[in-house]
Amino acid sequence: MTHKKPKNVFQQGAITSEFIGNSIYKHQTKTSIGAHNIFLGQVRADEIDGKTVSAIEYTAYEDMANQKFHEIRESAFEKFDLTCMHIYHSLGTVKAGEICLFVFVSSPQRKVVFEALEFIVEAIKADVPVFGKEIFEDESHQWKINN
Amino acid sequence: MLITIKYFGQIAEVTQKDEEQIETSKGSILELLSTLNAKYSDLKHKEFQIAQNQELVGLEAKLTGAEIALLPPFSGG
Repeated sequence: MTHKKPKNVFQQGAITSEFIGNSIYKHQTKTSIGAHNIFLGQVRADEIDGKTVSAIEYTAYEDMANQKFHEIRESAFEKFDLTCMHIYHSLGTVKAGEICLFVFVSSPQRKVVFEALEFIVEAIKADVPVFGKEIFEDESHQWKINN
Repeated sequence: MLITIKYFGQIAEVTQKDEEQIETSKGSILELLSTLNAKYSDLKHKEFQIAQNQELVGLEAKLTGAEIALLPPFSGG
């Protein structure tokens, strides 16, 4: 188990496909990896009472959230034979159709990455203090709740 | 002692602020919460968890002077 200082997982705004592609590219030098698995959370244009979600505005208790991301990371490395893992989450406004969460796990073997990714994403949804405000096209809003 | 309290999401909409400092005697989270409920009457209609020093705590936990945060339901990802 490593005891590094928690990294900052947050990025302002949407996570771009260029960033994601570049992240994949950077792993070409890590040739012990045989399998990657990627989760991309995308903002859904939900229709609620006749109004459509146009964006989610994310805020977080950043210090605690980064600490929780760090704990999830440590327990994922403890549970699974991972070569590396990366988590990025948006803060601020992310429009419908854009990416707000990017989780990237890599391992020598494929079975590991399927299990690890699900574990990590579910832990993020349950344990990390991030708050999404769903903004409708008429600029009214409601607060999103993970189920 | 002076305690910093942070508010997030729909809780910050009720308190109309993101953060404040409250002077309180050493007591439990429950005692602090009754002070806050008296100050913000809509708070009792809201669902939230409480963190002290960035860890979730129960109502019986003692105030240590560390930062308190009122956290509405999480909705990351």
